Amino acid sequence: MNMQTEIEAKLSHGLAPMHLHVVNESSQHNVPAGSESHFKVVVVSALFEGKMPIARHRMINALLAEELNGKIHALALHTYTEGEWQKTSGSAPMSPPCLGGSKA
Amino acid sequence: MDVLQRIDEIVKGNPVVIFMKGTPQMPQCGFSSRAAQALQACGKEFAHVNVLMDQDIFQNLPQYANWPTFPQIYVNGELIGGCDITLEMYQRGELQQMVKDAVEAKAN
Repeated sequence: MNMQTEIEAKLSHGLAPMHLHVVNESSQHNVPAGSESHFKVVVVSALFEGKMPIARHRMINALLAEELNGKIHALALHTYTEGEWQKTSGSAPMSPPCLGGSKA
Repeated sequence: MDVLQRIDEIVKGNPVVIFMKGTPQMPQCGFSSRAAQALQACGKEFAHVNVLMDQDIFQNLPQYANWPTFPQIYVNGELIGGCDITLEMYQRGELQQMVKDAVEAKAN
């Protein structure tokens, strides 16, 4: 299973999302071609209802603890309830460009 | 001094602090850059720690607040989140108020 599929599987299982989009953004960064290091997650789940963003991110960090422990380098998270997602008209923010620090 | 104690002193000793890759003037990571820009746009002074220049902090900060990634932004001694949350709060106007309150409370 590649990293993207692994992240999708764990988040699908843990968050029962209405919408889940995992993007491998590694090619935009200072890492070798074909890397699985930088990911962006856009997820809409009823489990986020009534939770502050930090609590939502902590839920995801816990589900992906193994991956975050050295396997992946960056994880951009955009978490929404169904109501919040409708207000965004279905688009999450763009990730920032790389500035080279990922070798550290 | 123990590194976690050192981190704790930095977190508690500054109303607003960002642990980032590089500096606000010379950021080394896009996520750190954006978070620092949002803090700068709040118009108040804030402290920063370049984690690339301090291996002890780089290695131990994730366990300090159980948060695995950089940057990390602390206001009033509490982790508010990383880049994504900081930007979301800025866009909603919440970060500006939180930073203002923290800096003014410290000054009084």
